[in-house]
Amino acid sequence: MRWDADYAADIFPKLLDGLWLTIQVSLLGMALALLLGLVIAVVRYAKIPLLSQVLTGYVLFVRGTPLLIQAFTIYYVLPEYGITLSLFTSGVLILGVNYSAYTAEVYRAGIEAVPRGQWEASTALNLPAWRTWTRIVLPQGIATIIPVLGNYQIQMFKDSAILYGIGMTELLGTARELGVAGRSLEPLTIAGILYLVISYPAAILTRRLERRYAPTH
Amino acid sequence: MPQPTEQPTPRTQMIEFDGVSKSWGDNHVLRSLNLDVAAGEKVSIIGPSGSGKTTILRVLMTLETPDDGLVTVGGETLWDARHGKKPKETKHLRTVRGKVGMVFQSFNLFPHLTVIENIVDAPIHVLKLSKSEAYERGHDLLDMVGLASHADHKPPQLSGGQQQRVAIARAMAMRPEVLLFDEPTSALDPELIGDVLAVIRDLASDTSMTMLLVTHEMRFAEEISDRVVMFDAGTVVEQGPPDLILKNPSHDRTRSFLHAVLDH
Repeated sequence: MRWDADYAADIFPKLLDGLWLTIQVSLLGMALALLLGLVIAVVRYAKIPLLSQVLTGYVLFVRGTPLLIQAFTIYYVLPEYGITLSLFTSGVLILGVNYSAYTAEVYRAGIEAVPRGQWEASTALNLPAWRTWTRIVLPQGIATIIPVLGNYQIQMFKDSAILYGIGMTELLGTARELGVAGRSLEPLTIAGILYLVISYPAAILTRRLERRYAPTH
Repeated sequence: MPQPTEQPTPRTQMIEFDGVSKSWGDNHVLRSLNLDVAAGEKVSIIGPSGSGKTTILRVLMTLETPDDGLVTVGGETLWDARHGKKPKETKHLRTVRGKVGMVFQSFNLFPHLTVIENIVDAPIHVLKLSKSEAYERGHDLLDMVGLASHADHKPPQLSGGQQQRVAIARAMAMRPEVLLFDEPTSALDPELIGDVLAVIRDLASDTSMTMLLVTHEMRFAEEISDRVVMFDAGTVVEQGPPDLILKNPSHDRTRSFLHAVLDH
């Protein structure tokens, strides 16, 4: 099997479309994971009764089951209960829900790294809980975990390939469709390179962030 | 210095500890403590490390919950743990806590905010001052502690002594009726202690605030206090005017403690 340069040039724009979809779904998926993870972490840290236990179970469940099963559940089981979501929305939800269980743990580590004295000073100033969280604790807790969250974004970008399993023609899905229709060498190779072209510079950027956000305490 | 020959006429009571106990497992840090502090009184608490001195302040600042007893501030209940009651964080607690401010041994400034932001945040969001008023007062307070030119610095750029003076300004910005100092100079290099003590000294002489100071600076305690309380093993050993307690104590425990700290 030899590399067919004409074929490769022919399919390249299609693969770029797939890449664009991959980028969109993983950026929005991460945004959702950051939001859900933060809510989970704060509720669990504040030990809000019942809700805290429910979310602990949620994290246990999400971390303990394969991503693909979660994907199938959201895309194939939810419609049986009358909840039908578009492929793209399902993709964002699948990635966001799965990663929220992991970002929640990262947030927890960040929150726990904020010294006790910061909480105590907030109490001494009579700051309300909301202000203590948003102005004092989270800005400090999140600064130290930005590099870790960056790594999760890169990982999600690559993990989004499983969305091919529910039929999304993101980057891998596009490459597979082209492969089924004809040749696999060129589309899979180009897809692999496109993943790398995004994830490698992103990893370098994350490492820079690590230096910048090294904890000051 | 005038020698008080009898108890001064009682002023309005500001703080009351009535049978307050606190323990962690077998470690009884407060044993049925009774302590009254009058409005405007400056009280220094001395005693060996680990004797529970700091816990007195932390209970007043609501950083610790007592296991038993009653604590009032300005005549209002802060903690009521009598008869095995479990005190809770309530709106009332927040109101009473608003009368109290605290300066910590390790400053506890917010390192990601500027000096002036450290000072104005709570006045704006708790006292609901307008931004302009909060900043104006904040700058006045910074001027008072000699750091007017450091308003836009971040705390990690300051020396320990400067940070502690900012912390005092921050506490003052909340207009407390009671100000607690928890070993405010213990974390400082010796050459930085003087400026911090000078600020506290000015507050003691120029304001009518009630002040409780936990300290190992015996000479300073003598200088600024109306009363010195010798505290050990969870209880008050003895208390009285500073020159009496520090120069002519009646208890062995006070004598041996003073001997240890003054001769080191």
